[in-house]
This record gives sequence, C-alpha cells and structure tokens, in this order.
Amino acid sequence: MSNQIFVIAEHIQGKFDDITFELLGKGKEIASQLGGELVVVLAGHNVKALASQLGAASKVICVESPQLENFSPEAYVKTVNAVVAANKPKLVMTGYTSIGMELSPGISVANNMPLLSFVSELSANGGSIIAVSQLYGGKMNVESQLDGDTLVVSVLGGMFKADAGKVDGSPTVEDFAAPDFSNLSVTFKKLIQPEGGDVDITTQDILVSVGRGIQSDENIPLANDLAAKLGGAVSCSRPLVDSKWMPKTRQVGKSGLKVKPKLYLALGISGAPEHIEGMKDAGLIIAVNSDPKAPIFDYAHYGVVGDVLDIIPALTSKL
Amino acid sequence: MNIIVPIKQVPDLVEELEIDSSGKDLDRSSLKMKLSEFDDHALEEALILKDEGGATVTAIAIDGEDVDKMLFTAAAKGADKIIKITGLENPSAHQAAQAMANVIKGMPHDLVMTGVQAVDDRDGQIAVLLAHYLGIPHVSVVTSVKVEGGGVTVSKEYGAGLLAEFEAKLPLVVGVQAARQSPRYVPVAKVRQVMKSATLDEVAAGETNANVGSTVNRFFKPESGAGAEMIEGSAEEQAAKVIQLIKDKGIVK
Repeated sequence: MSNQIFVIAEHIQGKFDDITFELLGKGKEIASQLGGELVVVLAGHNVKALASQLGAASKVICVESPQLENFSPEAYVKTVNAVVAANKPKLVMTGYTSIGMELSPGISVANNMPLLSFVSELSANGGSIIAVSQLYGGKMNVESQLDGDTLVVSVLGGMFKADAGKVDGSPTVEDFAAPDFSNLSVTFKKLIQPEGGDVDITTQDILVSVGRGIQSDENIPLANDLAAKLGGAVSCSRPLVDSKWMPKTRQVGKSGLKVKPKLYLALGISGAPEHIEGMKDAGLIIAVNSDPKAPIFDYAHYGVVGDVLDIIPALTSKL
Repeated sequence: MNIIVPIKQVPDLVEELEIDSSGKDLDRSSLKMKLSEFDDHALEEALILKDEGGATVTAIAIDGEDVDKMLFTAAAKGADKIIKITGLENPSAHQAAQAMANVIKGMPHDLVMTGVQAVDDRDGQIAVLLAHYLGIPHVSVVTSVKVEGGGVTVSKEYGAGLLAEFEAKLPLVVGVQAARQSPRYVPVAKVRQVMKSATLDEVAAGETNANVGSTVNRFFKPESGAGAEMIEGSAEEQAAKVIQLIKDKGIVK
C-alpha cells in the first residue's frame, strides 16, 4: 500500500463535474492529515490539457484512448481498476454520482478494498479514516471506522466545498497505458440532450416544489394554483417524476436540476440527500411536512408541520 | 430471455426510525418494512420486457421478515419464478451481492435487473457489486431497457436530464433508476390467491467471504429542525404567517 489519496475525476463533454473539485478539496485535507500524496486519475481522450484545472493535486495519472472519449462503464472500470491495482492507494475517492456509482464497487471487489457509500463526512483520525454515511433517505447518520488500512468512498455531491478544490496549477502528469479494450460488450452510442420547451425552473424566482406528500397526481392542480398566484412555477422531487406525475424538466435534485430561486416552498418533500443537493442554496426555503423530524427542516429557514393538502389551499386563498 | 430480478425490503421511511440499545443499528423491532422502491421499478421494467417480447422473470430475495409476502407479491405482478436465499441475516451489501451471485451463477441469466440503490446501502450498491461477483458487465442509473437484436439498448441518466445510450451484449447487470412506467399495482386478494398456487423455492446462500472491512461506530440522527424556525398554529394561521413572511421579505407584493 502506498500513502496516496486517489480522486477519480469525472467529466462529461470536456467539462469536470463539480464533484471532482469537491473530492479534491476534501482529499487535500485528508492527504495533509495523513501525510499522503493527492493524485487524480483522469481517463478520457485528449484530456491531458484538463490537468491544469487539477492543481489541488500533486500528480495526475492520465489514461488516454479513443475508447475512453465518452464515459462507458465497462471501459472505465477496466481502466480505473488497472490504475488502482498498479498503485495500491490508501484511499480512493469517487462521487456518489451516475459515473462514480459504476466505478466504486469494481475498485472495491477487484482490489479487495472496503467500500463506504452515501458518504457525507470524512476525516482522518491517527492513521485511520472515519466516514459518516447519510442513510435512510437522510434520516440517519452512520459513522464507520476502518478495520484495515485502505478504503474506497462514494461521496454525496454538495457535501464538500468545490471552491477548496478549484485550484489551477501544473501537477505532474504521468501517462498510464490504457488496458486492452478488445471484446468489450458495452458500447457507448450517443448522448441525448434534455428536452426543452417546458418552463425552465432554473431561472424562476419562486418555486412551488411538491413531493410525495401531495399523495396523488390529482392534487397537483393545487400546486399549480398556488404557483400561479405567487407568480412562480411548480417543481418537484424525484418520486413524482418516477411516477410520471410530473415531467423530468421540473425535477429538482442530484439527478434533476440545481435551482437557486429567491423563494423555495418545499411542500411534502422529506428532504432526501438527492433532493437537498439541488435546492439548498435557495434564498428563502420554507418547508411544509407532516413529519416534524423530516430532514428538510434541517435545511429550511422556516418550517410548518402540517398536511400539505390543507396548507396549500390555505396559502392560495390568502393571495 | 431469462431475466433475474433481485429485490429487497427496506424500512418504510414514513415511520419514525429508532436506534437500538447498542447504538450501532436501527431498532428493528419497531420497523415497518416495504419493497425498496428502486427494486419495484426494476421488477416493473423486467415485466414490461416480458409483456413486449416474452421473457422468464425470476424474482430472488435474501430471507428476512415478510420476504415471502414480498416475493408472492412479485409473482402476483407477473414474475414466473420466485426464489428465497436462506442462511444470511442482515447481510452487508457485499455479502448480499455475493450470495445473489452464487445463486444466479447456477441459473440461466441474460439480464439481471435490480434497483440502482437502496436507502440502507452502507457499503455500496448491490447492482454493480453483483456484476463484479458474477464477472459480467453492468450499466447502472438506467431509465429504459430495450431488447434489440441479440442484445439490449439501455439509457443511463446523468444530472440535469442528460442521458447516454449504450448498446450491450448479454449477459448484463442493469441498475434501474426508474422503469418506463410507474410500477404496477396488484390487489391484496390476488396476492393471497398466488400464495396458494405459486411455489417459493429456497436456495442456500453459499460462501460469502466478502471483505466489508469497516465497523459501525455509531448511529446518530441528524439534528432535526436545527435549521428551521417553526411556524405554529392551525393550517389557516400557519398559512397566514407564511404569506406575511414572504411579503415582509419583499418576495411577493
């Protein structure tokens, strides 16, 4: 085992995802606590120029191949596992993201390293590492201690400050030969851009955002009425999109859109980490939920315990 | 086409979660369990594929409280076979994935479809772990699976509505984020009927020596309501205070 802290970089269409900088900022802290070296694994095609944005790290291990031009789970798993096996880092940091979720289990199984998921806090204690996972939809924190020396973490987005990792510089760039990509069975075909045409919730000053507490798609007009009176738009949490009650273009959260309105009314939204990531920077957050212990109240400025089916019409009638 | 759908129960988060006396686990006696919503979507997408072109769908689950009923419900929705894996109690994600792989290896499998995540995944998500224990490729965070030629076309979701499309040969493990349609509903009467007619097979978990490699120090609740100033009163009074508040802040006139 080396004393390296690895960050697996994520990029789509030539641009790093914020999670990469969030991991770098935290990784730098852990590396200094452990006296280790912060190293980025950067896989792609013609990506070496991007290394200048990774100045928080002292080294970038760069793997380039035309077959890594677009993210593809199988080719990237082979690549990352080969780099990890050759270097034996102490800690590998990945995002709890669409890309990171494809990579962390393979690193764990192939290299016999423990894996911790939904990670929201990370610290070094002596030589060991302590991680907190946000489980049960953000309703319970679980602190874990390493048994051995090595660890893979899958870190929730928005937990660590991206600014701390956004440092330009000229880290040492080390080339690593791409593994054998013959006989791959998963092939990237194309990116499909989100459909436009609907309301752009990222530009609204006021969002009336509904969650599972709305109970039925028949109650969505209640939210529409309130939004119309307020001069805002209706947005929602993930389960309403999965149930096909609302279009994808209205979804706030990690897998939806990040929003920053002046007013965010969270109505019947419990506040799972997936959702919080998309709205926690709103100017004024007012949450209504029937569960007084809902995690959304940790992030809201004002809270109302009650049934949204009573509160929404009451709000509308007062405007 | 043989589709295996690993499913599991998770605590229903509508209920209050309590920590047990050890401080290192939930108080499981007070939990109400339900099918993990992402596994429900995985089952739905598998049943859509069966409806579209024919497939044998097998739902499998690790034994636990109310697991029989969950599996019979899957059968009532349209699963052709249901299998319970015995000999593990509250396994980690790594152990569960390894036990699933032990069982699936002995069965014909073209597609393995399970939920992208579960709310209690401390040591990783089963979908991709399972792919590695099976030694077959995976695509996760998937919102549609279509059978084409000898393989499948899958859509994987990134943030902000961006999708990527992949073609994959079989076998493949798919981590399902959402099915193309909302999971189907099955009346309790039909589940009861299926409980009488369907066969629930039991298989032993086999060797599970996965390295979890970490120990739980403690469970603790996030400080509830720490951030929010609470607005009290009847629904009418609360609504009036909220409207006054946003008017005072100049957000609406």
